[in-house]
Amino acid sequence: MAASMSYSGVEQYNFDIVKKFSVMALVWAVIGMFAGVYIASELAWPFLNFDSPYFSFGRFRPVHTTSVIFGFGGSALFATSYYVVQRTCQTRLISDGMASFTFWGWMAVIVLADFSYVLGYTQSREYAEMEWPIDILIEVVWVTYLILFVGTIMRRKQPHIYVANWFYLAFILATALLHTFNNLAMPVDLFSMKSYSLFAGTQDAMTQWWYGHNAVGFFLTAAFLGMMYYFVPKQAGRPIYSYRLSIVHFWALGFMYMWVGAHHLHWTALPDWTSSLAAAFSILLLMPSWGGMINGIMTLSGAWDKLRTDPVMRFMIVALSFYGMSTFEGPMMSLKEVNALSHYTDWTVGHVHSGALGWVAMISFGSLYHMMPKLWDTKIYSNKLVEVHFWLATIGIVLYIVAMWISGITQGLMWRAFDEFGNLQYSFAESVAAMMPFYAMRAIGGMFFLTGAVLMTYNMFMTIRQGKREAAALEAKLAAKLAHA
Amino acid sequence: MEWLLWFSKPENTKPLALIIFFVTFMGIVIYVYGSKKRSQKLESYREIPFLDDETGTKDKQ
Repeated sequence: MAASMSYSGVEQYNFDIVKKFSVMALVWAVIGMFAGVYIASELAWPFLNFDSPYFSFGRFRPVHTTSVIFGFGGSALFATSYYVVQRTCQTRLISDGMASFTFWGWMAVIVLADFSYVLGYTQSREYAEMEWPIDILIEVVWVTYLILFVGTIMRRKQPHIYVANWFYLAFILATALLHTFNNLAMPVDLFSMKSYSLFAGTQDAMTQWWYGHNAVGFFLTAAFLGMMYYFVPKQAGRPIYSYRLSIVHFWALGFMYMWVGAHHLHWTALPDWTSSLAAAFSILLLMPSWGGMINGIMTLSGAWDKLRTDPVMRFMIVALSFYGMSTFEGPMMSLKEVNALSHYTDWTVGHVHSGALGWVAMISFGSLYHMMPKLWDTKIYSNKLVEVHFWLATIGIVLYIVAMWISGITQGLMWRAFDEFGNLQYSFAESVAAMMPFYAMRAIGGMFFLTGAVLMTYNMFMTIRQGKREAAALEAKLAAKLAHA
Repeated sequence: MEWLLWFSKPENTKPLALIIFFVTFMGIVIYVYGSKKRSQKLESYREIPFLDDETGTKDKQ
């Protein structure tokens, strides 16, 4: 009963908010990944545009990115950060009302953003397409989140702040900073959704990619590393391999990430030294990234058999492997010579997805599989389905990134090919035609991944139902016992 | 306020930033790995995720 009480969130911790965000993480995963598969299919089979602006790639693409990054990823981060901060600080969140506000506020942000894109409203800023009224709502929700998180840490019962919370806090602080400066804009008028950026030209591009790459660095990396530093040890049943390495990992990432955004603007009007500086820091980033990956994987040292027996552990270790792979690929692509071939091609899209699907989604799936049964005080409904999900997701990612590697490198080579007279050898349309088989392959990879997410949602729905049934049976039993006493 | 102009030149601020970051980072590395006693203390924090299992909220799984 003690366990049930504490996990129901009535007493020690506020787990009600964690439950809400966990469920919505799965809902947004399915919606966002469906949107992704749809737009991937539009590229392979263009009739799916239906000649309607409402179905066009341009409007659906931010629906996909916003729903998966901020809907799925964001909800998973809210859920796990609230869970981890409470459990490692051994204290309850400072305010249930503020926690609830972050939930409803964040959900409103995603819904409003998605609808506004379909209606044609966008700032046209990568991963920050929301227009100014939604940006203001994000700001309010985010500051509330920051106060709630810091306040909870301040009233901790555990003297030391566990390293996972450092990563979460860095993510919250950096996102606040990035969001504020990237979205400095002047609305056309008070009742207009249209606004213009305060920056112009190269400065505007620089601000966008300072935001864009740090969204990758702090939202999609640091925050999920926070998840990793708590859930990998918990699932493995053994502490993190090296706490000291985690400290160096944290500070090195924090120092270096802020400098690398300009590698998205190689060979542009950006000053050459800025571009070189970004490339140098990108290469340096390989070391802390791999240090963190090794730290996570080596946590399993002495218990490697879990990789065979525990599908949830497999999600986490494969996630770390993809983290290692994409943090090798990223620095390589930031080299100017490599970038000259890879930039503006599908290779970049493949790289992003090896990180987003392989690292972010896989570590989130693993963490949610670990956490959700505990929240409802039960066991996973079907381990077999977890196993099937793992293979669907892994095959999906491999199909996706291989397709994008081939199509990206082909595109790059076709665009730079000259004939004997010095004219471009291929027209752009020819390069598009060459992509078609790979676009279909990518869409099929996405379908695999989406099917896995749907299976997980079903599995977790059944797990929750099972947990509720068990709780009701326990309560009935206790009531009967009390009646007989 | 003339001295502030010194900071407006990238050839001054770039090496300065390099020195500040390098020294700070080395300081962190030395702090983390420099003392055996401190190392032991830091490594003891690895157990934090398991502590609240012991205080009456044992995981069911």
